[in-house]
Amino acid sequence: MGNKWSSEQLAWKIRRHGIEMTHLSGGSHIGAIMSVADIIAVLYSDVIKYKEDEPRWDERDRFILSKGHAGASIYAALAEVGFFDVDELKTHYQNGSRLSGHVSHHLPGVDFSTGSLGHGLSAGVGMAYALKKDEKENKVYVVLGDGECDEGSVWEAALFANHFRLNNLVAIIDYNHMQSLDFNENTLELNDLGEKWKAFGWNVVEINGNSHDELKVAFKQAEDNSKKSNHKPTVIIANTIKGYGISFMQNDVLWHYRFPHSGWEYDSAVNELHANMPEGVEDIYTPEGIQNPILPTENDDVCNDHTFTHTWNTSYPEKMRRVEAVPGSSAREYKI
Amino acid sequence: MRDTFVKTLVDMAKEDKNIELITGDLGFGVLKPFWEQVPNQFTNAGIAEQNMTTVAAGMALEGKTVFTYSIGNFPTLRCLEQIRNDCAYHKANVKIVCVGGGFVYGSLGMSHQATEDLAILRALPDVVVMAPGDLVEAEEATKAIAKYQGTCYLRLGRGGEKRIHNCIEDFQIGKAIKVHEGAEVAIFSTGGIFEEVQEAYEVLVKQGYQPAVYTFPTVKPIDKELIENVAREFQLIVTCEEHNIVGGFGSAVAEVMAEMIDKKAVLLRIGINDEYSIRVGNQKYLRERYNVDGSSIVKKIKERVF
Repeated sequence: MGNKWSSEQLAWKIRRHGIEMTHLSGGSHIGAIMSVADIIAVLYSDVIKYKEDEPRWDERDRFILSKGHAGASIYAALAEVGFFDVDELKTHYQNGSRLSGHVSHHLPGVDFSTGSLGHGLSAGVGMAYALKKDEKENKVYVVLGDGECDEGSVWEAALFANHFRLNNLVAIIDYNHMQSLDFNENTLELNDLGEKWKAFGWNVVEINGNSHDELKVAFKQAEDNSKKSNHKPTVIIANTIKGYGISFMQNDVLWHYRFPHSGWEYDSAVNELHANMPEGVEDIYTPEGIQNPILPTENDDVCNDHTFTHTWNTSYPEKMRRVEAVPGSSAREYKI
Repeated sequence: MRDTFVKTLVDMAKEDKNIELITGDLGFGVLKPFWEQVPNQFTNAGIAEQNMTTVAAGMALEGKTVFTYSIGNFPTLRCLEQIRNDCAYHKANVKIVCVGGGFVYGSLGMSHQATEDLAILRALPDVVVMAPGDLVEAEEATKAIAKYQGTCYLRLGRGGEKRIHNCIEDFQIGKAIKVHEGAEVAIFSTGGIFEEVQEAYEVLVKQGYQPAVYTFPTVKPIDKELIENVAREFQLIVTCEEHNIVGGFGSAVAEVMAEMIDKKAVLLRIGINDEYSIRVGNQKYLRERYNVDGSSIVKKIKERVF
């Protein structure tokens, strides 16, 4: 375990790499990469046991990014802590690269490939179950998306994990409230998410998932829970904001798929990160930020509503748009 | 066949503590010998095959050899993507076991009839597909997949199958087994339909013919070398399977023959004619109704040759 970077430094680097990787490749899911960056950073700076020069080290903790579409976030973290060369990040999505858009285990430091949602928790459950059977001490961490919780298999895994008292398992839900086309609330209501997990028998910790302090406390609590007599698995409901860290991406579903294009999008994203750069990190792409950046004009599509759900099925006798974004902010307005 | 499987697995599991069996809440009675004799290697995952299959992959990646067990299409089609992404892609040591290949659960209806499984599993890279034809093949196949490093599919019958082979020397994954010498016609069989093929063989012999008979306990990797040798020597190759005619065993044989430049044989594929069963009936009845029973096999062969 390197402790090469503080969690704040690592989170910043994940975000900076994420912007560059999606910018260069035209890759999707920058919003998800931004929302999950703090979770990944805290895990790899303060929580997970690993040896970067021995990826299959038997005593390592297991980590699965079940929301595999945020692959760039874990690739960036693994490169930064030393599993492979940071330069390789630039090959993301490219012909012949090892860095597929969704997470691949053909890369040192990755225990399990994902990309189809609803698989990762079951895999983590299987690992945790086998480890517990063999009386090993390793922990298993699985990061899921909230939209991913639409998948029934997540709840099959949740039942199994509780039934077999997998207190060596920690699930973290990146609860950014947004999925591919709209908010969760306007897609399939996931309300009372913590209560759902509680009903499935889990220990539930609800926090602000973009706060490193709260994440660290939550992981400590998960560690404590693993020693409690109820032996239950723990889920951390990490309330996050999609696109967190780049104000014009926040809470705007456009940035689920859109990548930062050359011009104001890339320039503004890089400079906003530079404005919040922690001590002791370098930006290998634009060391000084961008001088004379291109700025958005009145004609550019900034902080607008890009959801369409409310235009569908308007004759249906129920109100289906249950939440709206507050333009230009990370707040949501509940309509029902 | 399922009892042979369980007995063989119990013997192996006693020797190897890394062998685990997970069921999707099925196997009342059948799996009892396993949970009685090796209780610490048995898990019921509940009625949740997607989770069961990926849990097996996760356990396998921690060093276990994990058998998943259910009936019909539940351990395969229900969780196909879990087999593809989580087991096969990771080369995970998961052995997927289906009891009830073909029309075994005929009277239970179409939902319980596994009649496309070979085609679908065969299409996945890094999955060995096995369909033993009698109790001896079932035992040998169970041992072989337990030793094999990687993902396998084992399609079993149910119960009451016969021992047709006395013993099999040097059983290997990917190798067909010669049952009867013959000339002109060679019958290839996979899975439980072997008993119908055997019946057809006896009728044909009584009528003065001498077809060769081979069983293929492995559908993938297919025994290409043997198919090529037989296709050079014989006039007609007949494939028999209790499975849809599209994509399964007959198709695997056809793929080999289609690319040969020096074959003599033509191919006759016998299987279910690309339809679902809409009638209730036991296995024997449905085999007759869908023309894959012994007398249908005789009739189809005679139409083509004699």
